[in-house]
Amino acid sequence: MLLRLEPRALPSRWIAATSPLIAAVLTVIGGLILFAALGYDPIAALYTFLVSPVETTYGLSELAVKATPLLLCAIGLAVGFRGNVWNIGAEGQLTMGALAGGGIALAFPESESGLLLPAMIVAGALGGMAWAAIPALLKTRFNANEILTSLMLTYVAIQILSYLVHGPWRDPAGYNFPESRQFQPAATMPILLEGTRLHLGTLFALIAVGLGWLLVERSFTGFQIKVVGLAAPAADYAGFSQSRVIWVGFLAGGALSGIAGLSEVAGPLGQLNPSISPGYGFAAIIVAFLGRLHPVGILVASFLMALLYLGGEAAQIKLGLPVAVTGVFQGMLLFFLLGTDVLIRYRVRWHSAAAGDKPA
Amino acid sequence: MTEIDTILVILAATLRAGTPLVFAALGELITERSGVLNLGLEGMMLTGAVVGFIVAVSGAGVVLGFIAAMAAGVLLSLIFGYLTLTLRASQVPTGLALTIFGIGLSAFLGLSYRDKVIDGVTPIFIPGLSDIPVLGRLLFAHDPLVYLSIALFIGVSWFLYRSHAGLVLRGVGESHDIAHAIGYRVIRIRYLAVAFGGAMSGLAGGYLSLAYTPMWADNMTAGRGWIALALVVFATWRPARVMLGAYLFGGVTILQLHLQGAGFAISPQLLSTLPYLATIVVLVIISRDATKIRRNAPGALGKPFYPGR
Repeated sequence: MLLRLEPRALPSRWIAATSPLIAAVLTVIGGLILFAALGYDPIAALYTFLVSPVETTYGLSELAVKATPLLLCAIGLAVGFRGNVWNIGAEGQLTMGALAGGGIALAFPESESGLLLPAMIVAGALGGMAWAAIPALLKTRFNANEILTSLMLTYVAIQILSYLVHGPWRDPAGYNFPESRQFQPAATMPILLEGTRLHLGTLFALIAVGLGWLLVERSFTGFQIKVVGLAAPAADYAGFSQSRVIWVGFLAGGALSGIAGLSEVAGPLGQLNPSISPGYGFAAIIVAFLGRLHPVGILVASFLMALLYLGGEAAQIKLGLPVAVTGVFQGMLLFFLLGTDVLIRYRVRWHSAAAGDKPA
Repeated sequence: MTEIDTILVILAATLRAGTPLVFAALGELITERSGVLNLGLEGMMLTGAVVGFIVAVSGAGVVLGFIAAMAAGVLLSLIFGYLTLTLRASQVPTGLALTIFGIGLSAFLGLSYRDKVIDGVTPIFIPGLSDIPVLGRLLFAHDPLVYLSIALFIGVSWFLYRSHAGLVLRGVGESHDIAHAIGYRVIRIRYLAVAFGGAMSGLAGGYLSLAYTPMWADNMTAGRGWIALALVVFATWRPARVMLGAYLFGGVTILQLHLQGAGFAISPQLLSTLPYLATIVVLVIISRDATKIRRNAPGALGKPFYPGR
C-alpha cells in the first residue's frame, strides 16, 4: 500500500485556506505524543502549554507583546518570499535595528526630548535596512546566494551586539553584567494599556500589516514581486527588474525587522543585553509561511507562534521542561504545514503497488 | 624552533577544525549532486552531536556514539526526504524547517547533559610514522576521524567520477526527466543521496561533541552547517575543492583562536566574526562569475520531480 499523488486540475482553495489549521491540529497531536513519551499526563501538559498562558487578561496582553516582533519580521520577510527572495537573516537585521536605535538612547542619556523616541525608531529601521542591504547588494551585484550571506551576517550581528554590551556600551554601574544601562523614560515605548507590557510597537506591527497588504496586494510593485516569484521567465519577458524585487524584498524585511528589534529593547527589555531575541527572526520565517505570505494570515500565525513561546515558558516554570520545547513545536508546525500543503495541488490515492516511482 | 612548533600546532589544529566541515560538506555535495538542496545541515549536525554525546556518555562508548550520531542524521534527513521527495514540498522552506526543528530538538534532548564530560576520542600515534620529525606530528598523530574524513574524500571522488552508480547519481541531478525516461528510479536514488547527506552531517556533529570538544552545549555547531553549505558552492560541486575550502575555514577558525590567545587588542567577539565574514567574501568571489556557477551547478538542483508528466 503506497500513497500516490494525482495532480488536481486546479489548486484547491479550500485546502489552501484550511491547511494551516490542519497543520496546527497535527502539531497538537504531535505534542500530545511528545508529552506522553516524556512521561507527563499529555492532556494536562498540553493544557499548561497552550491554554494556561492565556487564561488571564495579562496573559492575553503578553501574547500580543510576544506576537509584535514576530509579526513585524514576518510581514517584511513575506514581501521578499513572494518574489523568491530568501532573506533568512531577519534575526541579524533585528539585532542591528536594536543596536542602531538603542545606540541613540545611550548617546543621549540626559535627553528627555519628545523627539528621542522617534529618532530611535527611525534609526532602528535604518539599521535593519543597512544590514539587509548587504546581502541584497551581494546578490544583485555579485550573484552571491542570499540565504547564506544573510545568515552569516546574523552571526556577525550577534557577535557585534555581544562585543558592545561586554565592552564599550556596558553599564558602568551594572556590577560588570554584560548589559547597557536602562533607557530613560523618554527613550522607552509608551505603554498602551495600564498594568500590562503592551507597548507602541504592537501598534506599529498592526500598521505594518496594513502597509504590507497595500504593497503586496494592491500596488504595481507588489504585482511585479508576485510575477517574479511565480514565473521568473515571464517577469523577464515583461521587463520587470529582478534586482528591484530583490532590493524591495530585503529593504522591507530589514526595515520591519529593525523596528522589531528597537521595539524589543525600547519596550519590554528597556536596555541592550546579549540575548535580546529568542530567535524571533527565525520563527518569523515559519510565521510567514504559516500565514500563507498574506498579511492577514501572518497576523493570525504570529499569535499562534507567540502562544508557542509563552507555552514554552509556562512548561519550563510549571513542568520543568526545557524552554527549547518551543523550537520542537515550531519545527513540527512547519513540517506539518509543508506536508499538508501538498493537498492543495494533489489528491491522495491509495495504491496497492508502488506506482509513483516506476520508470516510464 | 619555537616558531616552527607554533606553526605546526596551528596546522595540525587546522586539520582538526576542518574535519567536521569535510564530513558535512561532502555529504551535502552528494545530496546536491542528486539534485536535492537540503538546507537542514545545521539541524542534522546539532541532533547528531547531542545524540552521539548522550549515547557515549551513557556508557555505550564512543564508537556507538558515532553510529548513533549518524543514525540521528539519517532519521532527520528522511523526514526532509519524505516531505520534499514523496510529498513534493518545496526544498528551501523544508530545509529551513529541519534546521529550526533540529536546533530545538537538540537543545531539548541535551538539557540534562550540559555539565557532563567524557574522555572523547584520543589521537592515534601511527607507529614509526609519527616519529618523523615535523611531518610526523602534523600528519600522523590525529584522531581516527581525521583519517576517516580523508578516506571519505577519496571514496566520494571515486564514487562520483569512477563508478557507474556515481554517473547515474550525477545524471539524476543533471536532468531527472531524462534519467527517469532512461529507466532510473529518480526518487529512490535521491532518497539514498539525502540519507547519505544526513549520515555525514550527523557524523560531523558527532565529531564536534565526541572528539573536537568532548562536551555538549546548545548550538555548539555555531553555524558550521551553513558554512558547509557555502563550501559546496565555493567548491563548485567538486570534492577536491571542498577539502581545500574546509581546511581554509579550519585555518581561519584556528587563526582567530590563536590571535585571541596571543593577546591581540581586538575583542574576542569581533575576532570570532572572522569565519562568517570569510564565508561571505569567498562566496562573493566565487559567485561573481554567474556562468561558472550555472555551468557547474547540478541542472536539476532544487527543482521538484513530477514523474510521468
